[in-house]
Amino acid sequence: MSFLIDSSIVITSQILFFGFGWLFFMRQLFKDYEVRQYAVQVIFSVTFAFSCTMFELIIFEILGVLNSSSRYFHWKMNLCVILLILIFMVPFYIGYFVVSNIRLLHKQRLPISCLLWLTFMYFFWKLGDPFPILSPKHGILSIEQLISRVGVIGVTLMALLSGFGAVNCPYTYMSYFLRNVTDTDILALERRLLQTMDVIISKKKRMAMARRTMFQRGEVHNKPSGFWGILKSVTTSAPGSENLTLIQQEVDALEELSRQLFLETADLYATKERIEYSKTFKGKYFNFLGYFFSIYCVWKIFMATINIVFDRVGKTDPVTRGIEITVNYLGIQFDVKFWSQHISFILVGIIIVTSIRGLLITLTKFFYAISSSKSSNVIVLLLAQIMGMYFVSSVLLIRMSMPLEYRTIITEVLGELQFNFYHRWFDVIFLVSALSSILFLYLAHKQAPEKHMAP
Amino acid sequence: MASLDRVKVLVLGDSGVGKSSLVHLLCQNQVLGNPSWTVGCSVDVRVHDYKEGTPEEKTYYIELWDVGGSVGSASSVKSTRAVFYNSVNGIILVHDLTNKKSSQNLYRWSMEALNRDLVLTRVLVTNGDYDREQFADNQMPLLVIGTKLDQIHETKRHEVLTRTAFLAEDFNAEEINLDCTNPRYLAAGSSNAVKISRFFDKVIEKRYFLRDSNQIPGFPDRKRFGGTLKSLHYD
Repeated sequence: MSFLIDSSIVITSQILFFGFGWLFFMRQLFKDYEVRQYAVQVIFSVTFAFSCTMFELIIFEILGVLNSSSRYFHWKMNLCVILLILIFMVPFYIGYFVVSNIRLLHKQRLPISCLLWLTFMYFFWKLGDPFPILSPKHGILSIEQLISRVGVIGVTLMALLSGFGAVNCPYTYMSYFLRNVTDTDILALERRLLQTMDVIISKKKRMAMARRTMFQRGEVHNKPSGFWGILKSVTTSAPGSENLTLIQQEVDALEELSRQLFLETADLYATKERIEYSKTFKGKYFNFLGYFFSIYCVWKIFMATINIVFDRVGKTDPVTRGIEITVNYLGIQFDVKFWSQHISFILVGIIIVTSIRGLLITLTKFFYAISSSKSSNVIVLLLAQIMGMYFVSSVLLIRMSMPLEYRTIITEVLGELQFNFYHRWFDVIFLVSALSSILFLYLAHKQAPEKHMAP
Repeated sequence: MASLDRVKVLVLGDSGVGKSSLVHLLCQNQVLGNPSWTVGCSVDVRVHDYKEGTPEEKTYYIELWDVGGSVGSASSVKSTRAVFYNSVNGIILVHDLTNKKSSQNLYRWSMEALNRDLVLTRVLVTNGDYDREQFADNQMPLLVIGTKLDQIHETKRHEVLTRTAFLAEDFNAEEINLDCTNPRYLAAGSSNAVKISRFFDKVIEKRYFLRDSNQIPGFPDRKRFGGTLKSLHYD
């Protein structure tokens, strides 16, 4: 009886998450596009719903809500469904949509997408070999095998995003890094851009006129295409078409220049807006936060290095350590069990909410930057895949932040994975990502003012 | 050769609707083989005979400025794009017949481009939303072109074409629906080619032969003075 009540609670919350994912998809991601394939929207919302249910079950674990056996059952079921989606459905659909976009292979969509999926499975399996993630006594198609591989990919993604975010956040918040941009700089650059456009236009006018006279005289200008075309153009050439190809090359170079100037001008406008923003109250607040985050970032890099160098994996979680410190060193006595439960609930809750929100914002930005009307379906499915793997590995890593008594459920459900490996791997990739982001941002920052001052 | 008069026409629309293919087709009478992202603005020139076949025939250069980007871009990109909207004589609005959102976004595109000139003549509509009355008074010649006609299935064609007819009416403009990968839609003598020719003629007329709506009609030398005065006003 209690099992039925528990299940209905979980299923209601799943439906709520599904609705939220659906709305997010329609309002944020697909703002400028038309949804033609509803399968994509359904898959995205389902992935989101089941990932959020996993987090919800962790919270229930900490708070002690619901019956323990029904929690365990829902964990197992949730995990199976998520793995099914991430390994079977989404890759298959990605292959299917990629093939549908290519006109030539339109007829044999299904068999080719099956072939693509099999290739994906092969590489996915091979991924597990170089890593010591499992004890060898498990069978071949068990949950542990699949989860371990999904975990590797997800943890890599998390560490990359986390490393880049940790460095980028203070860089964007702090106004110390803002270059000084005046209105005259922008006007000068705009004038150069318009002058370049004028030169391009005058060359195109010559080309258009030349083409018109050639057309009226009955000649035809053939662009050299293919191997034989190029050979022919080397040996025989009409004088008119020679001229045209020369001018065309000049125009190509000028167009490249105009693109560069456009991007630089957009960059200058963006910097100017940021300078104005930093003078407002909100801007000053973020500037202050930026200093705070830069200290945090340096500390995290330092800790990651120490962990790797001294081969140390923390045994206790921050909550228990915090309580130990307050009890032993500060001598404050309080009900440890009660407080540890509430504090870990708050801490884990904050981690979950910020990571979901951060991921959704990053995915949206990424989607706006690279999608077009043709590829929007494929990109959304890729994002759903990334989101699913990210959330699964968050569950793996969050285990470290929880006191021992709450870790048991995750250990039980996910089986005997080498959790320590994942933490080590996270530290390594985080370090690599953070250091290369620092290098990358340093180079970009140095290069920009030089380009901008060049005559 | 460069001494012919010129007019400037903007080609606006969402990314991926086919503006670059359209401009290439209009200017070079060839299908664009490898369309790619337009960063910034790409220009092409078409040589047009104004009032072709009549004694007043004159050749003009029509500059087609194909501005890339999306209507929801960051404001820094919009400010950069605004530099291309100076002294525009006509606008071609391009939308994708298979994507309703691109048709809806045309209102926002036209607001973005026209607001530059409307500042000179009337009070700006402050909330930036589409206001039908502004278009009724609008002096700038507009043309609405729908692309990817070949991808619309026969059964849906009627519904789509009705929708686009309403759209063109809202803008008080002519409309053309075609497929940019097929040059026969713009073949000489077809109704589409006639509409385009008429549009370009209208643009040239507005620029060189008429000053504004309260012009004294029938003044014989207005052409010459109108031309030079016009260039002082806009440039």
